[in-house]
Amino acid sequence: MQASPQFSRPSFRLSAIAAALALAGAVSTSALAADNGKYRIGIVTFLSGAAAGPFGVPAANAAKLAVEALNAGKLPAPYGKKGINGIEIETVIIDEAGGATKQTEEFRNLVQRQKVDAVIGYISSGDCIAIAPAVEELGVPTIFFDCGTSKVFETVKNPKFLFRTGLDAVVDNVAAARYIAETRPNVKSVASIQQNYAWGQDSWNDFILAFKQIKPEVKVVSEQWPKLGQGQYGAEISAISVSTPDLIHSSFWGGDMEALMLQGGARGLFDKSVAVLTAGETGVEHFKANVPNGTVIGGRGPFGAFAPKNALNDWFRPAFTAQFKEPPTYPAYKMVQAILGLKAAAEKTAKAGAMPTAENIVQGLAGLSFEAPSGTVIMSRSKGHQAVQSVSFGEYQFDAKSGKASVAKVKTYAGECLMPPDGSNAADWIKAGFPGAKCN
Amino acid sequence: MTSFFAILIDGAIYASWLFLVAAGLTIIYGVMRVLNMAHGSFYAIGAYSAASLVGWYFSGEHGNPYWSFLLLIGCALVSGAIVGVIIEKGLLRFLHGRDEILMVIVTYALLLILEDATKLIWGVDPYFAYQPYRLLGQTAVGGSLRFANYDLVLIAVSILVGLAAWFVLNRTNKGRLLRAVIHDREIAIAMGVNVNAMFAATFAIGSVLGALAGALTAPAISVTPGIGVEVIVLAFAVVVVGGLGSIGGAAAGAILVGLSRSFAVHVAPEFELFVIYGVMFLVLAIRPQGLFGQTLARRI
Repeated sequence: MQASPQFSRPSFRLSAIAAALALAGAVSTSALAADNGKYRIGIVTFLSGAAAGPFGVPAANAAKLAVEALNAGKLPAPYGKKGINGIEIETVIIDEAGGATKQTEEFRNLVQRQKVDAVIGYISSGDCIAIAPAVEELGVPTIFFDCGTSKVFETVKNPKFLFRTGLDAVVDNVAAARYIAETRPNVKSVASIQQNYAWGQDSWNDFILAFKQIKPEVKVVSEQWPKLGQGQYGAEISAISVSTPDLIHSSFWGGDMEALMLQGGARGLFDKSVAVLTAGETGVEHFKANVPNGTVIGGRGPFGAFAPKNALNDWFRPAFTAQFKEPPTYPAYKMVQAILGLKAAAEKTAKAGAMPTAENIVQGLAGLSFEAPSGTVIMSRSKGHQAVQSVSFGEYQFDAKSGKASVAKVKTYAGECLMPPDGSNAADWIKAGFPGAKCN
Repeated sequence: MTSFFAILIDGAIYASWLFLVAAGLTIIYGVMRVLNMAHGSFYAIGAYSAASLVGWYFSGEHGNPYWSFLLLIGCALVSGAIVGVIIEKGLLRFLHGRDEILMVIVTYALLLILEDATKLIWGVDPYFAYQPYRLLGQTAVGGSLRFANYDLVLIAVSILVGLAAWFVLNRTNKGRLLRAVIHDREIAIAMGVNVNAMFAATFAIGSVLGALAGALTAPAISVTPGIGVEVIVLAFAVVVVGGLGSIGGAAAGAILVGLSRSFAVHVAPEFELFVIYGVMFLVLAIRPQGLFGQTLARRI
């Protein structure tokens, strides 16, 4: 008979007491910290798991950079005033990993224990949908900076405290459809490879709906649904190869996207078929010669390689590159955008030099038009709580001699060309032939 | 016809990868009765060290690019052996003979610790070692279907690994001693076999095989945090289908799962996720001990 392991009871008790004391200490510290005269922002982004590398960590880095620069008063106009409305900012950074239930608890902790004045966060659409009702219940201004689900303002129909300063995923795919129709008019067949979860399924549904509306003759020749994080795509590449599509649409991101392009490229998948990667911008610095020139990529807005030239971008891009040794990708841009939106809202409505209240933020941000490194952001949808911005697509180009990658043949579509009128359903709008779309 | 060949070749490539991942896991279980959850971490460490070394090799003029294949294998041997020996000597030797469930919990804790350790060492940015993947070129199999020769070579490598494991176990003195330990640990000890040394060697070989799978996969993927956790689930499915502790079972499980998945991808892609676990369910419903597993009398 084998001896069974036993915990030493006194030492277990000791550990429990130590843990309880440590927790009590942490709570009291944070409660004190909330009254220290600083404006406290909870930042929630992936710091672990597959989404940390491509999205979460660049966004967290961008938040650190922006807050340090704001506190030092080093940002270009119109953000030259120190901190937020002259009040120093401090951040509480939380890992988004763990799923929607855990994140809802973490959100409550941020508000009730950490006493944050505002929350900026959330990359996962599942987290956004779960947290949206809690935002309204707890009444703390919260900005979703990245998640792409179109269901946020279907979940909260009359938002007061909830805002999103980034775009939803529908516009990415409407823009991709328009770009392909304009630049590749001879495309007759399309294959799809998506990660098999909400993001991949929604992206493909939106794209093919919009693309068939623009080009009804297009045929779908293969649909592949590998698991998120699968890494090996040999069979999927074969299935797409034998279906000989003109176009391959993928909303892959992170390591999955890079693995797909690496494996597909080595097998000549892209010799006769052009790929469109709706989240491809995050891979521009890693693709090198593994992705063929001419691959169509998007950046979920005018971010990263698509960002325009303006004073804010002239500060942000070099500063981020210098500090983190890599140019900022779209999650970094979107994080800075959310922080600047919060600052602009506070400084519009709060008394000069006073600590901004939740009401100040809510009144200031609804319907606000503010500047960001990606250009002008207009909070004009969902009763002024959802941003409208342009979306750019272009072709990946790698110069083997210099070893540098860039994006060429960029086309930018105004938000009014890609988004349905306020209050209407995106799928119905696409099916009806994009009524009211204002394209260039 | 092209699709038929595609299913066969894709199935063989995927099966060979699955076997490489699962071989170390099943060897460790067979000898030590440790269901090693940390096996995914060995895979990740092999992939990260290979990507770092090959990345460095191709970052300057360091010689013939074909030497990079030796680097892949070399760093798997070194990193796998070092990590394996440290874990066995530093932790598992104190737990030999403990309940199998406890060992699952201990190795799961190890998986989490090693997952964080890889992040501390390599960060969260992706690592690439793509050059060897393209170095061998591609082979056309009718029409537009082409395969990377690197993937085809992996089939040969996994066959070699399987044959080597069979040869060592069945045709060498050390292998016979190992089989004696597998058959009855207590009698082996009574006959003077140094079981602790056998366990240490087995764990090191298992971790080297895990690291080898990671190192050989690294050129085809972006090496990112979390890859170890992803493969461990698949590896368990394969060894459970084949029968825990059996090399032949791992090979049969890998072939069955590989071909089934390939068939699903080509014929009904929406069932791709389901098919691996569907196969596992069917096999376990008919043979709960797996295809090659032995029914053992319960010891009291």
